[in-house]
Amino acid sequence: MLENLSERLQGIFSGLRGKGRLTEDDINDAMREIRMALLEADVNFKVVKGFIARTKERCLEAEVLDSLTPAQNVIKIVLDELTELLGRTDSKLVLGSRIPNVIMLVGLQGSGKTTAAAKLAYRLKQENHSPLLVACDVYRPAAADQLQTLGGEIGVRVYRGDGQDPVRIATEGVQDAIDNLRDVVIVDTAGRLHVDDEMMDEAEAIKRAVKPDQILMVVDAMTGQDVVNVSAAFAERVDFDGVIMSKMDGDARGGGALSIKQVTGKPIKFISSGEKPDSLEEFHPDRMAKRILGMGDVVSLIESAVKV
Amino acid sequence: MGFFDRISEGLSRSRDKFKEQMNVLLDRGPDLDDEFWDGLEETLILADIGGAAASEIVENLRDQATRRALPDAYAVLDLLNDQIASTFTPGGEDVLGGGPAVVLFVGINGTGKTTTVGKLAKEATDAGRTVLLGSADTFRAAAIEQLEVWARRANVPVCTRERGSDPASVCYDTLERAEQEGADLVLVDTAGRLHTSADLMRELEKVVAVVRKRSQLPVYTVLVIDATTGQNGLQQAREFDRALDLDGVIVTKLDGTAKGGIALAVSHELELPVLKIGVGEGLDDLKDFDAHDFARALVGDFDERE
Ligand SMILES: Nc1nc2c(ncn2[C@@H]2O[C@H](COP(=O)(O)OP(=O)(O)OP(=O)(O)O)[C@@H](O)[C@H]2O)c(=O)[nH]1
Ligand SMILES: Nc1nc2c(ncn2[C@@H]2O[C@H](COP(=O)(O)OP(=O)(O)OP(=O)(O)O)[C@@H](O)[C@H]2O)c(=O)[nH]1
Ligand SMILES: [Mg+2]
Ligand SMILES: [Mg+2]
Repeated sequence: MLENLSERLQGIFSGLRGKGRLTEDDINDAMREIRMALLEADVNFKVVKGFIARTKERCLEAEVLDSLTPAQNVIKIVLDELTELLGRTDSKLVLGSRIPNVIMLVGLQGSGKTTAAAKLAYRLKQENHSPLLVACDVYRPAAADQLQTLGGEIGVRVYRGDGQDPVRIATEGVQDAIDNLRDVVIVDTAGRLHVDDEMMDEAEAIKRAVKPDQILMVVDAMTGQDVVNVSAAFAERVDFDGVIMSKMDGDARGGGALSIKQVTGKPIKFISSGEKPDSLEEFHPDRMAKRILGMGDVVSLIESAVKV
Repeated sequence: MGFFDRISEGLSRSRDKFKEQMNVLLDRGPDLDDEFWDGLEETLILADIGGAAASEIVENLRDQATRRALPDAYAVLDLLNDQIASTFTPGGEDVLGGGPAVVLFVGINGTGKTTTVGKLAKEATDAGRTVLLGSADTFRAAAIEQLEVWARRANVPVCTRERGSDPASVCYDTLERAEQEGADLVLVDTAGRLHTSADLMRELEKVVAVVRKRSQLPVYTVLVIDATTGQNGLQQAREFDRALDLDGVIVTKLDGTAKGGIALAVSHELELPVLKIGVGEGLDDLKDFDAHDFARALVGDFDERE
C-alpha cells in the first residue's frame, strides 16, 4: 500500500509547484503519510508519535518550506532522523578478554535463537575461534537434537549435559569449553514469554551462573507492536546487550528494530536472513531506515549483487 | 480456564509493569471526547490491527456515535466489539471437527506448526478419532524428532522419512498408511518457509497438489500464524492463500501480551475462518476460537460501568 513513500509525498507536494512556499498544512499531510508508513512497518505507536513531532519541527524550517524539491527534503530529514534513532553501532562481534568468552542468547519462542547460535558459531569459526555450543533448552521437544545437528553441520562441538537442568548445563558447558580448549561459549536457551515469571527467573539464574560477556536478544523481524513490551521486559530482567533481528530475508519492514532501540536503548548488532549458518549479516542503520520506510531493498540488492 | 481468562491473565500480569504502554482506555471516564477517540485508535493500533484499519474503524464509529446519539464510551465499545466480532469470517467447522480429513499445516518459520499438530492430535484422539501424523518437514534440523516427541505425547502414530527426503513422498507414504490403518484425521506438518521464497513456495504447492491428487479424503490447508506478527502477516497470508487456496487459520502464542490483531485482517480479507487458538506450549494449550472473546481481548474489557 505504501510501496513508495517518496512518490506519495511527491504527489502531495506536486500541486504546489509554482505556488511557492509550502504551508504547515502541506507538512501535516506529509506527516500523516509518514506516520502511516511507520505504523505499516510496525514501528511502535508511541515511538511514531514522538518521531513525527520531532521530524515535523525540522520540516517546518524555512529551507525546507521554500525549497524547490520539498518532497526529497522531507524524505531526507525523515531518513536522517530514523538513521539517527537506529544508532550507529559496531556490528562486529566484540569479544571480551576472558577465556572462554560467554555469549548467551535469549528471546521469545520461535524467534530464531537456536539458528542464530549456530550462525554465531559459524562466524566465530571463520574468524579462527573455537566455539562451543551449549544446549540449555530442556523444554522444546528435540531442541538439543536441533542444536546438535546444526553443530554437526558446521563442525562445532555441542555440549548437552543431562538435558534436565539448564543452569547446570550452562555451568558445565563453560567447564567443558575449558577442558576442550574452546575460547567462546554460545549458550542457547529456551524460548520464553516475557510474562512467564518462572521462565524469566530461569534466564536470570543462567545469567548469574555463567556471567555472560554479552547477552543477545533474538527478535523476529515480523514482530508487531508487542515488541516494546517484550524487549522492555527482557531488558529489565536479563539486561541484554544487543539484538539480532532474524528472518530479515522476508519482506517485513522490521520497524521493531527502531522500537527496541528507542524503548531499551539496546543496539541492533546483527541481522539474520536465512536458515543456513552463513546468513548472519552486519547491521546497517541507513539501510534499515530505508527498509522501514519501504525504500530499502534497492540498496541492499545492489550491494549483494556486487558481493557475488 | 477459558481462552479469554487465559488471555486476560496474561494481560493483568503485564498490565502493572507496562501500564503506560497498555490500554489506558479502561482507566478513564466514559466521555466521548477527543481523548477517548485517540485512545481507541491507539488501542487498536497497539493490537496490530494496522494504522489504516484503525483509523477507518474509529472514523466509522465516530460517525455512528453522532448519528445514533450514543450516550457514552460504553455504548461505543459495545458496538465496536460486535463490529470486530462480525468482521471475522465464520465457518470452518468441517476442517477439524467434521468428517474424515487430511489437513496440512503451513506458515512461515517458527510460528508453531509442529506444536499445533501435536496439540490437535491429542484433542482429536480424546474426541475418539483415529489420528495419523505425517512429518513433511524434512528440512529443519530435528523437525522430525520434534514431531515424534509430540506423537508420543499424544499417543498417535507418525509417518516419517529421513531428513532431506522429498516432502511429497512423505505425504504419499502417510496417505497410504492412513488408508491401511483406517485413520480418519491425517495431520501433516510442513517446513516453515517465508512467503517471499519462490522456490520453497513452489515446493509446497507441489506437496499440496500431490496430496490433493492422491487423497481419498477431503484435503484442507491451514495457515498457522503467530499472534506477535505485525503488519507483514497479511502479506504472508495472501501469498500462502494464493499458492495453496487456504481453508482456515490458527493463531498461536496468544498467552503472551500480543493481541493478535493481524488475525482480524487475515480472516476478513482472505475470508478465512479462525479454527483454533494456541495459548501455550503444553499439550492442552489449544482452545476453540470465539469471535466475541477475541474482540473483547483485543480492545479490552469495559465492564466497569456503575
Ligand atoms: N527464513 C529464515 N528463517 C529463519 C531465520 N532464523 C531462523 N529461522 C527459522 O525459524 C524457525 C525457528 O528458528 P529456531 O532457531 O528454532 O528458533 P528458536 O528461537 O530457537 O525457537 P525456540 O527454541 O522454539 O524458542 C526455524 O524454522 C528456523 O529455520 C532467518 O533469518 N530466516
Ligand atoms: N507461548 C507459546 N509458545 C508456543 C505456542 N505454540 C508454539 N509455541 C512455541 O513456539 C516455538 C516454535 O514452535 P514450533 O511448533 O516448532 O513452530 P513451527 O512453526 O513448527 O516452526 P518451524 O518448523 O521451524 O517453522 C516452540 O518453542 C513452541 O513451544 C503457543 O501457543 N504459545
Ligand atoms: Mg531454540
Ligand atoms: Mg515445525
